[in-house]
Amino acid sequence: MSNIPSELKFATSHEWVSVDSDGIATVGISDHAQGLLGDMVFVELPDVDDEISAGDDVAVAESVKAASDIYAPVSGTVVEINEELEDAPELLNSDAFGEGWLFKVKLDDAGELENLLDAEGYKNSIDED
Amino acid sequence: MTNKTVLHAKHLASGAKMVDFFGWDMPINYGSQIEEHHAVRTDAGMFDVSHMTIVDVQGADAKAFLRRLVINDVAKLATPGKALYTGMLNEEGGVIDDLIIYFFSDTDYRLVVNSATREKDLAWMAKQSSGFDITITERPEFGMLAVQGPEAKAKVANLLTAEQIVAVEGMKPFYGVQVGDLFIATTGYTGEDGYEIIVPNSSAEDFWQKLLDEGVVPCGLGARDTLRLEAGMNLYGLDMDETVSPLAANMAWTISWDPTDRDFIGRDVLTAQKAAGDQPKLVGLVLEGKGVLRSHQVVVSEFGNGEITSGTFSPTLGHSVALARVPRSVKVGDTIEVEMRKKLIKVQVTKPSFVRNGKKVF
Repeated sequence: MSNIPSELKFATSHEWVSVDSDGIATVGISDHAQGLLGDMVFVELPDVDDEISAGDDVAVAESVKAASDIYAPVSGTVVEINEELEDAPELLNSDAFGEGWLFKVKLDDAGELENLLDAEGYKNSIDED
Repeated sequence: MTNKTVLHAKHLASGAKMVDFFGWDMPINYGSQIEEHHAVRTDAGMFDVSHMTIVDVQGADAKAFLRRLVINDVAKLATPGKALYTGMLNEEGGVIDDLIIYFFSDTDYRLVVNSATREKDLAWMAKQSSGFDITITERPEFGMLAVQGPEAKAKVANLLTAEQIVAVEGMKPFYGVQVGDLFIATTGYTGEDGYEIIVPNSSAEDFWQKLLDEGVVPCGLGARDTLRLEAGMNLYGLDMDETVSPLAANMAWTISWDPTDRDFIGRDVLTAQKAAGDQPKLVGLVLEGKGVLRSHQVVVSEFGNGEITSGTFSPTLGHSVALARVPRSVKVGDTIEVEMRKKLIKVQVTKPSFVRNGKKVF
């Protein structure tokens, strides 16, 4: 079982969210998810300034095995994308919770975070899979 | 019930991620299938292919039986050890399986067939053997390893006896020789130099460990698939099956039409198909932009639609490649389209071969 950082919030669709003090949320996919997908070969990200809503498919992680939609876990405006992934999609495999982050969102409503799982809840959700 | 090869424990010891492969618990990768792929293209990697089925066909009528059973003609095999790639068809001209036949003498042949098709292959051969003076013997007491890559032969040589080294020295592609405990063949499924080696179960683990100690990288089914697809080699069940003619699966080169009086199974159907010229064909597709071509995606051309049979990301080329069955009028060099995730994406048509000996070939 891969470790799950306790400070992160999770969607059942395997995205993680980390919120800084300025209300900017960083989004990625979990180590569990990258393990299921296998070696990443392409990552498609939203554009900066895109308005996204929780539940929208906003990005694609394509591995040797499959193309997988990534859903926005929160609503807001995209303020930054991880351009390193263009040349190094394998960062999603090697450091899913760190250098493999996908994009940053300025939150519309911090209250949405309450809809996400904590680390314990996410662990339980993947144990049921 | 899950089958385990004789090397199962070795895979677990190397940290393999295991998957079910048609009833066999097999390694899909040992961490990164892309790294394993590169090991084969640049150095040496090895695959456990013990799940494949080894069948010996022996007896006075062995040659006559195989001349009826498969679309290539074993009568072309004159040198002991020479191997032949071919297919066996049903009466409707569909491919029951593709296989390699090793010739030892007119009364002694070895066949290697796919594992996923083992039962139907054996049943078909048993049925067709009626009236022929032969024995068909499966050889489960052997394991099989493929050691592939530019450094594969040199690394294997460190494990061989002086007698074995002499026997394989200068052996041309597509030959096999039994020396001592090992059957060593210059065959493979990667487009690289190397060997496929049949080893008694009792010494398989030891042989695998010695190859690990030589620095040969263990590779799983994931890398095996990307390597064979780059090399433009068919995978049974995806690129052809019992509903597909060899003419529509880039297997025409494995058919021996001469002599015209050789009555192989499916000959009448193939002859009619060839005369009509209406079979689709298997081509290569290249997508240099983002995205990965996948099996069953629809191919759109001005001559009609086709289908991707196998698609993948090519680690050697850094973009996606695929094999696709398309209308015969589609030509190499054409630009056609593939429906990917609800969009039509332009792709280039190539010959169905992308990488040989580490180099791009289209």
